[in-house]
Amino acid sequence: MTNTQANTRIPDARPKPSGAAPPRPAPRASARDRGVRLLATLFLAPTIVGIVVFTVVPIVGSVVLSLFHWNVIDDPSFAGAANYREVFTDSTVLVSFGNTLVFMVLAVALQLLIALTLALAVNGRMPVWLRSVFRSAFFFPLVLSAASISVVMKYLFNQDFGVVNWLLGLVGIAPVPWLTSENAAMATVILVYVWQQFGFSFLLFVGGLNNIPREIHEAASLDGATGLRKHLNVTLPLLSPTLLVASVVGIINALQVFEQPYVLTNGGPGDATRTVVMVIYESAFEQLRFGTASAVGVLLFVLIMAVTAVQFRLSRRFVHYQ
Amino acid sequence: MSQATLSLSRTRHSLAPLARIAGLTVCALLTLGPVIWTVSTSLRTPAEAFDLPPSIIPTSPSTEAYRGVFDQIDVWLLALNSTLVTALIAVGQMITAGLAGYAFARLEFRFKKPLFGLVLATMMVPLQVTIVPVFLVLKSMGLTDTLLGLIIPAFPTAFGTFLMRQYFLGMPKDLGEAAMLDGCGPWRIFRSVYAPLAAPGLAIVGVLAFNYHWNEFFRPLILETSGQNYTLPLGLVSLQGNLGTGSISVVLAGVVLSMIPAVAVFVVGQRPLREGITSAGVNR
Repeated sequence: MTNTQANTRIPDARPKPSGAAPPRPAPRASARDRGVRLLATLFLAPTIVGIVVFTVVPIVGSVVLSLFHWNVIDDPSFAGAANYREVFTDSTVLVSFGNTLVFMVLAVALQLLIALTLALAVNGRMPVWLRSVFRSAFFFPLVLSAASISVVMKYLFNQDFGVVNWLLGLVGIAPVPWLTSENAAMATVILVYVWQQFGFSFLLFVGGLNNIPREIHEAASLDGATGLRKHLNVTLPLLSPTLLVASVVGIINALQVFEQPYVLTNGGPGDATRTVVMVIYESAFEQLRFGTASAVGVLLFVLIMAVTAVQFRLSRRFVHYQ
Repeated sequence: MSQATLSLSRTRHSLAPLARIAGLTVCALLTLGPVIWTVSTSLRTPAEAFDLPPSIIPTSPSTEAYRGVFDQIDVWLLALNSTLVTALIAVGQMITAGLAGYAFARLEFRFKKPLFGLVLATMMVPLQVTIVPVFLVLKSMGLTDTLLGLIIPAFPTAFGTFLMRQYFLGMPKDLGEAAMLDGCGPWRIFRSVYAPLAAPGLAIVGVLAFNYHWNEFFRPLILETSGQNYTLPLGLVSLQGNLGTGSISVVLAGVVLSMIPAVAVFVVGQRPLREGITSAGVNR
């Protein structure tokens, strides 16, 4: 990549991949310093080389590829902004961005709400063994594979013989076309995703609540704060750093949703549940339009960065550190 | 639910905890319900799989569905592939994260800050954004449709490196300084003093890696094209796709089989897993 770029300032700097590693020591360095630097180079090499080859170069690669037409078989041809123009006029791609944003907002909101409620409830008074039973139960779906869980859920949400509609039938609700109607399909994908993911935020909240000193709550109670008011005015502000982490991670993960819509609905009915990552997958590996796929990837990356930046901006006003 | 609980707590002190625990129990059942249903349906005969109401305890338990899985897909091959990939990645990540984490925490060298910044920044980069070029890099190495192609790119772990750095930073500096006065070189200080203390941190990295890569679907879907290189999640989804209706219990038996190692790790590695997730809010 950079073998030709001799670095004049540090004459013995290595070429870039390992230029990530420290340069050889100045002549006056002691034997010990030399040893430390050598060790640091050896220790960091696998991680840094791996990150450069499999993340840094591919990011640059994505941007470059997005400017070309390429189907792997023929030679790539320069396309300029054509891929982006195409992306912005392709209704499937536009719909997939809309779907992904809707999914993100609803899934993250639901996930945080459920996780916070359950964390507060688990944090209340109860026998220690019971608390750990609840904690394990809520965290359990996280260890399962999203793909195989989605296979299971496809049966549970089946319109004709699924358990969910049977349960609803018991209370007199007509069968819902969970996976086959445009409106319900997105809701189902969100439910399945949240079912598997809320344990993650739940664990973060349990950890965060444990970090709030007991005295603060006691002081608030002495001042006459009770119930919901205490939670809104005392617990939530103290928990706000955890809320920030949970929502940032939740949003980044939600924008990358793939397994659930792929297995449950394959993006349908129509394009109702097609997400951005599904479009990347389909255009690259089914239609061999690598340039288009890269353009969509770059736009997703920009979207993630933008959303995260906005979040940190907003958080300056709402996050309180003790 | 919590609002109801809370308003109760104002009036009747003795009732509130009970209502809260009842609510939590319902939520726990909803959470575990699909898993319980999966296990129980997999133990029914394929003919009874559609029965409603679904009996939680199968009326005539049968392992027919499990035999069906072994007939229809090469479970042993898929399990071997999954085990190889997952175990090698877990060990690889423990090594790379342990070494890099130690270097960032305890060694002095030039460009330490920018390099650490680089590692942290890559935590933000979603896999899906880089997958096309990664696929091309692997293709140029001749590693597409091989298990190595899944394993090697997963060795460096930004989160694991970050976690191990925190872990080593938490260890007292005096230990190393004492060893240095005793004449230990930097390698001996790492090998004999700090590395043995890092075992619990490395366990967190290993368990997280196992959990994530055992269940991984996206990369194998893209990289592995021939059936003999499939991992379990891929095999399961294809099992479901190849068959018509009437074989739910077979598919679910496959799901249960693939869950067993994940559940085993959950039971044994629950604490490290929880700590790993809680410690920073993992970006997996």
